[in-house]
Formats: sequence, C-alpha cells, structure tokens
Amino acid sequence: MTQTALMATLILAPFVGFLINGFRYRKHSANVAGGIATTMAAISFICSVLLILDLMALPTESRRIVVSFFDWIRVADLKVNMSFVVDPISSIMILVITGVGSLIHLFSIGYMHHDKGVAKYFAYLNLFLFNMLLLVLGDNLLVMFVGWEGVGLCSYLLIGFWFTDQEKAAAGMKAFITNRIGDAAFILGMFILFLTFGTLNFHEINSLVPSSPEFSWLAPITLGTLFLFIGATGKSAQIPLYVWLPDAMAGPTPVSALIHAATMVTAGVYMIVRLNPLFLMAPNTLAVVAIIGAATAVLAATIGMTQWDIKKILAYSTVSQLGYMFLACGVGAFGAAMFHLMTHAFFKALMFLGSGSVIHAMHEEQDVRKMGGLKKYLPITHLTFFFGWLAIIGVPPFAGFFSKDEILWMSFQSPHGHVGLWTMGALGAALTAFYMTRLMCLTFWGKSRVPKTVHPHESPLLMTIPLMVLALLSIVGGWIGIPHVIGEVLGHIPNIWEHWLEPVIVVPTMPHAEASLEWGLMGASVLLAVISAAVAYHFYVQAPEKPKALADKIKPIYELILNKYFVDEAYFGLIINPLVRASRNIWYYVDVNFIDKTTYVISDLVRGGGGLVRGLQNGNIQQYAMYISLGVVLTLSILLMR
Amino acid sequence: MPNLDFLTEVGLTHYLILSAVIFCIGMAGVLLRRNAIVILMSIELMLNGVNITFVAFSSYLGKMEGQIMVFFVLTIAAAEAAVGLALAVAIFKRFKEVNIRFFENLKG
Repeated sequence: MTQTALMATLILAPFVGFLINGFRYRKHSANVAGGIATTMAAISFICSVLLILDLMALPTESRRIVVSFFDWIRVADLKVNMSFVVDPISSIMILVITGVGSLIHLFSIGYMHHDKGVAKYFAYLNLFLFNMLLLVLGDNLLVMFVGWEGVGLCSYLLIGFWFTDQEKAAAGMKAFITNRIGDAAFILGMFILFLTFGTLNFHEINSLVPSSPEFSWLAPITLGTLFLFIGATGKSAQIPLYVWLPDAMAGPTPVSALIHAATMVTAGVYMIVRLNPLFLMAPNTLAVVAIIGAATAVLAATIGMTQWDIKKILAYSTVSQLGYMFLACGVGAFGAAMFHLMTHAFFKALMFLGSGSVIHAMHEEQDVRKMGGLKKYLPITHLTFFFGWLAIIGVPPFAGFFSKDEILWMSFQSPHGHVGLWTMGALGAALTAFYMTRLMCLTFWGKSRVPKTVHPHESPLLMTIPLMVLALLSIVGGWIGIPHVIGEVLGHIPNIWEHWLEPVIVVPTMPHAEASLEWGLMGASVLLAVISAAVAYHFYVQAPEKPKALADKIKPIYELILNKYFVDEAYFGLIINPLVRASRNIWYYVDVNFIDKTTYVISDLVRGGGGLVRGLQNGNIQQYAMYISLGVVLTLSILLMR
Repeated sequence: MPNLDFLTEVGLTHYLILSAVIFCIGMAGVLLRRNAIVILMSIELMLNGVNITFVAFSSYLGKMEGQIMVFFVLTIAAAEAAVGLALAVAIFKRFKEVNIRFFENLKG
C-alpha cells in the first residue's frame, strides 16, 4: 500500500467503526459491537506499524512522512492543509494509542458485557481513537486542535456514559467546562503564534524559531507558549485545572484507562514536545512548566495517599505522573517526557484495567476498605497488577524506573534544571511508592475485609489477556531507553530511545557530570522509594492500626489532605459562586429589568399605534371601496387645486 | 341675453356631465347597497359611464381608439358579470340571501 492509503486507513478505520456502531447503537450484543470496534482499532495498529517500518527505512535526518489530503483553509495569509505527519514523535504516540487502545477495546468487551448501551459505548470509544489520531498526526496546530476538541467531546460523552446518574453526568460536565477554559487559552496561543510566524505548521514554526532565547515575559514566543501551556494544563490535568480528572473516574473503567491515563491526558505533553524548539527559546515558560509540573506531582501524590476509592487513587496517581512529564518538559528533557509518557501509558493502563477487573470481581465495589486479601481470588489480576506496581514505584529494571530516573537526572543536571526541582521529584517518587503500596496492601494483601455477600471471582480470559500483555510491556518497556551509565556497565547497550528521537528533539547541552553522581542520585531515589514502600507495607499489612493513630495525631493536616486541600471548595467559593451570582445579577438587572423592559415599551408603542388604525381594516368590502373612492377624490382634488 | 347654446346644442360637455353623473350613481350604488346583484349592476353603470366618455372623446377628436376601447370594456364587463353572478349564486345557495356581508365569511 502507498503511504497515503496507509495513512488514510490508519485514521479512518476507527471512524468507520464509529459510524457502524453509531448507527446500530440500540443493539445489545457486546461481542458484535466490541468485535467491530476492536477490529478497527487493530487495523489502525497494523497500519501504524507498517508506517513506522517505512519511517525506519528512511535515513535518520529525513525521517518524516507527510501525507497531505487537501487544502482545508485558504484565507489571506492563513493556509491550512489537512495533512498528517509521521515522525519519531508521533510514531510513538500512534503506537501507544492504537496498541494500548486495541487492548483496552478487547478488555471492554468483557467489562461492558452486560451493559445496555454497549454499541454506543464502542462507537464513542472508536470516535475517541479517531480524534486522538487527528490530534497526534496533524502537522499543524489547527488540525491538532480539531482532534484536541474531539477527544474532549469523547471524554465528556464517556465520563457521562451512565448519564442517568446525576453525579456522573455532572462529572462529565465538569470535565468539559474545565477543559473549555484551557482550550480558550490554547486558541489564544495559536493566535499569537500565527501573528508571530505567519503559519501554524509545526515544521515551519520550528524552523522559524529564532536562535537566541527571549527573556521578557511579554515577548511573543513566551506569551504564545504560556497560553499553549495553559491549554495543556486543562487537557493534561495540571494545577490549576486538574480538578476534573479525579471526578472523571465516574466513567466506565476501561475509559479511565484509555482516555484518562494512557492517551488523552498526555496530549498536553505531546503538544509541548512537538513544539520543543519553540519552548526552548522561552526559558520563562519552561520554568513555569517545570514548577507547575513538580508541584502537581507532589500535591496530587499527597492527595492520593488519603483516598479510599481505588479509581480515585489511580486518578491522583495519573495527575502526579503527568506532573512528572511536565517537569521533564520544563527542564528541557523532552525525550524523557515522551519516554515517561509511553511507560506510564503501559503501567497505568495496566493498573486501571486491573482495577476494572477488581471492581468487576467485587460487583461494582470501589472502596478499598471493603477489599483486602484479593490475591487469593484474583491470581492473574494480582500478578499483573504487581508488575505495574513495581513499574510505577520505579524498581529497576521495570519500565517506570528508567523513565522516572531519566526525568529526575535531567531535572538535576540539565541547564534548565534545579536542585529544588530534583528534590520535589524525588519526594514525589517516595510518595508515589507509598500510595501505590498502600493500594496494593489494601486491595490484594493483608486480611480480607470483603463483605460476606460478595464472592470475588477471576475475570474471563478476554479481560486478563490485555492485562498480561500490558504487564509484559510494563516489564520490558523501559529497556529501549537505558541510560548510558547503566548501559556501559552492562556491556555497551545503546540508548535506542535517544537515537530514535534525535532528529526531532533538541537535547540541551549538559554540563559534564561524574558517573558517580548519576549513580548516587539514582540510588537515592530508588532507596527513598523502597523505604517508603516498606513503611506503607508495615502500616497497612503488619500494623493496620498505625495509620489511623498517625492520622489522629496530625488530624488538621490529615483532614486537609483527605478533603483534597479544599481546592474544589475554594474554586466554588472564589470563582464559580461569585460568577454565578454576578451572572444572576446581570440577568436580573440588565436583562430582565433593562433590555426586556425596553423591548416591552417599544412593542407596546407599536401595538398602540396599530390599535389606532386597526379599525380601518374591518373586512367590510364596501368600506374598502369607499377608501378607494375617497383616495381618488382626494388625489384628483389635489391635482385640480394646483 | 345669456348664451343659450348650452341648452340648444349638445356638445362634448354634456356627454361628460352625463358620464360623470352615471358614474357617480353607480359608485353610490356600490358603496351603499347591500345586495350583491344590485352592486354588480351598479358596477355596470360605472363602466358604462366611462364608456360614454370614451365614445364622446372618440367622436370629438375624430379618432377610433376610444370606440375600440369601449369594446374591450364591454367584453371585460361581460366576463366580470359572469364571475360576479356565479359568486352571487353560490352565496345565495349557501345563505338563501345575496347580502354582500356574507362575502366576509371568505376571509381566512
């Protein structure tokens, strides 16, 4: 197949699946609907693999396949093509999206088997894939934005999938509106970049970037990238717009795995990596990105330590891990950000699907206080989850270790880095180890707190196969990006990841560092994580009364964290409620009392005027004839008088 | 001795006055009477009043156009009478009377 046909199939296959399932949305067979949807996702995956093989055949410098379908917009200076690009950055994204996406589709067949709207569910899921592919493949900001909005829509539809539940519908709304705030900033960013460069094409923007960084806060590139970053905080759930992601757990669990862990929420990271030469020329923006990322990583991790809902814990974990990716972007380690994006997609999708398997087994119970000791009942889920756990807390040689270590090392050593950022990152890693171990202990280990009425059972093979594949990926996924210091010890293993991304990602010039320093920092972060995990194990398995005692001792702080720092309440108190009140006042005083009144007065005048002459038109033919005659007489007399 | 040509010799003016008088009678009939058939007759009067004017000018100016016009008017008048009478018959069949106010029932 030609590259054009491949690209078209890659993008359109999920869309076709969406149309088929969308038109038969009332059908109830999960096997048929899921079969169609999964096949379409798998077709996309095969096309991505074929395209990437094509890409690898090209010489390193020119690894870039652009397929342009048609001119989309041509107005004055604005020229936008509907064209798509596969290069090392987007190749990773499409592999993750279609690969992990296919597995999650497969898992969904089992998970959604008894749902009434199963065809609708798969239609939304396929539409999401289509939009996500538009987002990552688009070779200009506008096509990306179409996908950006499209995934937002699908996220809304799927969070509120069980919309008869008021709370779930509200969660969808919250996600949509929070994203809207970010999207507005994204559009502003696009305007500024277009005014500055006269184009929205990534390749052109990146080649037009000036060679020296700008230091003013109000310079165009800094402003433009800042606005784009605000857009990213909305989509990728960073401070201050992260509040929607934990609520988004109202959706079906496979959706949380696909959209709210593996793919959509990483769109912001992808966008920044895509524009990395631009962001590098705006050091102020980079500093903001790094600080927000590090702060989010720590803040979300602390909240994750206190939650009781299995999916909420994973949601805060996702926010925290996304914070790591932004931290990496902020210190100029774009390759590391992409690396963590990929490994995170593997192990977080695994954990979400694992939690889905647990919830399925527990008959829709999500509270970890009512679990415990599930290892016995769910051996496969437990084993796969175990590998995911090792990966996320950063135990070598699992995937998360390499990517997280790369980020921490870069945040320490990169010219944009800072020792404070490293400290926050390491602290976040320790907290991550704590809350993930807590989750493992409360769910799978320790004494069973399962109610007598519930009989947990292992999920069918359809659901455990994706878990096994993802577990395998969580183990080996990191081996393609082994850092040099380790690679040398193990016998000159090259860092495949860095070589692959070299042509498209600017690697900052690193000051020379002793290998021992890197080893030391690596050891320190692993040691922190292991100690933290051990403490959590001691707290929740060996001495389950201790956490409560500790929580009582530091009650104010515990309450603060348990209530998520009252951020939602603060938003309501400081922004939403005043806004609602102001709107209501404007509605009452301006709309009802001024605009409406004015129009009433005008309409009364018109009606009164009409009433005066209404008597003339009474339907009496002879009277009309009379008017004609009088008119003629009047006209004639005027003519004669002159 | 006043000029009595006015009384002895019939000229254009007389025809025009006659025409105006007939026209006004017709108009009064249209405006005042309620019986649809009488109204139709009154319309005929108005048309014929105009016809007299045409013929008078035709004769006065020695041109044929006026008389041609009269034939047209007569034709139209015949057609109009046919339609009008048909309507009157329809109204009569429905209401057993041909009062013009029944036409008001036709409005939507």
